[in-house]
Amino acid sequence: MKNLSRYVPVLYVTFLMIPIYWLLNMSFKTTNEILGGFTLYPHNFTLASYQTILTDPSWYSGYINSIEYVVINTVISVAVALPAAYAFSRYRFLGDKHLFFWLLSNRMAPPAVFALPVFQLYSQIGLFDTPWAVALSHTLFNIPLAVWILEGFMSGVPKELDETAYVDGYSFPRFFFRIFIPTIAAGIGVACFFCFMFSWVELLLAKTLTSVAAKPIAAIMTKTASASGYQLGLLAAAGALTLIPGAVVIYFVRNYIAKGFALGRV
Amino acid sequence: MSLELQNIVKRVGADTHIYETSLKLEPRSFNVLLGTTLAGKTTLMQLIAGIQKPTSGKIFFKGRDVTGAAVQKRNVSMVYQQFINYPNFNVYDNIASPLRVAGMEAVEIERRVGKAAELLRLGPMLKRKPSELSGGQQQRTAIARALVKDSDIILLDEPLANLDYKLREELRDELPKLFADRDAIVVYATTEPNEALLFGGNTATMHEGHITQFGPTSSTYRKPHDLLTAQVFSEPPMNTAKVEKRGNQLTIFGNQKWPIGQAGSKLPDGNYMIGVRPYNVSPNKDGKALGSFDAEVLVTEISGSESVIHTRIDNSTWISQSHGIHALPLGSQAKLYVDIDQAMFFDANNRLVS
Repeated sequence: MKNLSRYVPVLYVTFLMIPIYWLLNMSFKTTNEILGGFTLYPHNFTLASYQTILTDPSWYSGYINSIEYVVINTVISVAVALPAAYAFSRYRFLGDKHLFFWLLSNRMAPPAVFALPVFQLYSQIGLFDTPWAVALSHTLFNIPLAVWILEGFMSGVPKELDETAYVDGYSFPRFFFRIFIPTIAAGIGVACFFCFMFSWVELLLAKTLTSVAAKPIAAIMTKTASASGYQLGLLAAAGALTLIPGAVVIYFVRNYIAKGFALGRV
Repeated sequence: MSLELQNIVKRVGADTHIYETSLKLEPRSFNVLLGTTLAGKTTLMQLIAGIQKPTSGKIFFKGRDVTGAAVQKRNVSMVYQQFINYPNFNVYDNIASPLRVAGMEAVEIERRVGKAAELLRLGPMLKRKPSELSGGQQQRTAIARALVKDSDIILLDEPLANLDYKLREELRDELPKLFADRDAIVVYATTEPNEALLFGGNTATMHEGHITQFGPTSSTYRKPHDLLTAQVFSEPPMNTAKVEKRGNQLTIFGNQKWPIGQAGSKLPDGNYMIGVRPYNVSPNKDGKALGSFDAEVLVTEISGSESVIHTRIDNSTWISQSHGIHALPLGSQAKLYVDIDQAMFFDANNRLVS
């Protein structure tokens, strides 16, 4: 029984890692090997798939597009959410609780609901097939999320800190940027992380609102067949590369996420 | 340099936090705001600082109307009960921050911060972040920041309440010295009557948004104008009971007869409220004019050389605070003696009459 308690987590992690292993496994195989039979590891090890992705603009532009709209989205969402969250955490105003809930309720609608109106609107005003189109449509979900996370962190800062700063002579903007923002840096990190995550993995809006010029990697990756037939090795390599930005971001915010949980948010 | 509040009222929604209040604080004075939680001490301080604006009334500083002036323009310092420091600054930058905001020269900032840090014994901690300090050191940092600029008004809102006992004692001894040679009005809020007595200066007793009395601490303590002030300014709480005076005799607790004592001897016959501080009630028969009563012991707190005995008599609680160890068993009957010479008498309107 004692050993079992050690094996269970090992088994669990192994189980979780199987799809990722299989993805990596495939990415180092040739398409022939993938389709040819069941092999546990690449017999004809090749980096050709990665080479294609990193040199062919039709592949790597997908990453650039994705990163572009994810960054734009994260910056807009957090920049807009900061003052909003400050207002919710510091002031009482008419209907503040309802407004806060209404913001959150935006997250309850499936993105598919917004796909058609946003597509039609952006086509009309010439935003279609630009990174801005995807970034702006994602703010619909990310601003409420960021406000909610930041409000939690801000409410954890006593309002006496604000008052002390004013007493010490700080003007509001100076206090906000020099003291308040550094104080809730962890919260901003967590909010950025969640905005990034949502925007990075969201497929439906990203796919609907782009055609060629701003096509995100997730859209490119999920087209199974191309003119040159099945390219499963290539798709697998693209998938493996798509995991990297997420892993990098998680590495940087791993300590803050725990803090976010401790504050009852996230 | 005096600060004057004229008919200040603060309402928030339907609640009145401060009822019409006027108060004049003299230059270079140490003023204690004494009252229980929610008495309005913090609100009053925030009004003085300018963090909140009064609903009506005016605030004058050096004869100038500053009611509408922004906090930043008032040249005040404030220390809170919670240890408030800028978490992203180290101790040095925390103390220096009001000077930097004011645009002072670097050399002068360094000199002043060094002096304040030395005064509050923060020298070795200057490079640390507030989160790496003990509670006492954090509060010292906050106090140093309040001292470092030449504030006209220094507001201390229960600065010692969150500290543990030893540190509280230590800082309590240091505080008056820190403010002694300052050209500033110091306002110190506390819930503890003993702190007010220790600091001296002036005391304003507060109760539910009213200042019940303001004056030199010792006279506010010894000659409260009314029962409320006496109650606010007594720890343990003051013992009270209805008495009837007839000639040289008091009737108390329904049927007990006590001699009148010095305090009430000149009063006309009639009904009064008597107030007796707990240290004038003792299980030892050593006072002069003595009344006595038998009461049921509710709790006995013994702290070193002192005993506080809570008793029940005639449906009210009377507390005795006396020297020596009196370990009276719970529920037993105790005979307690009252020094009536030291008692206070209040009339039907709860005004002190003797």
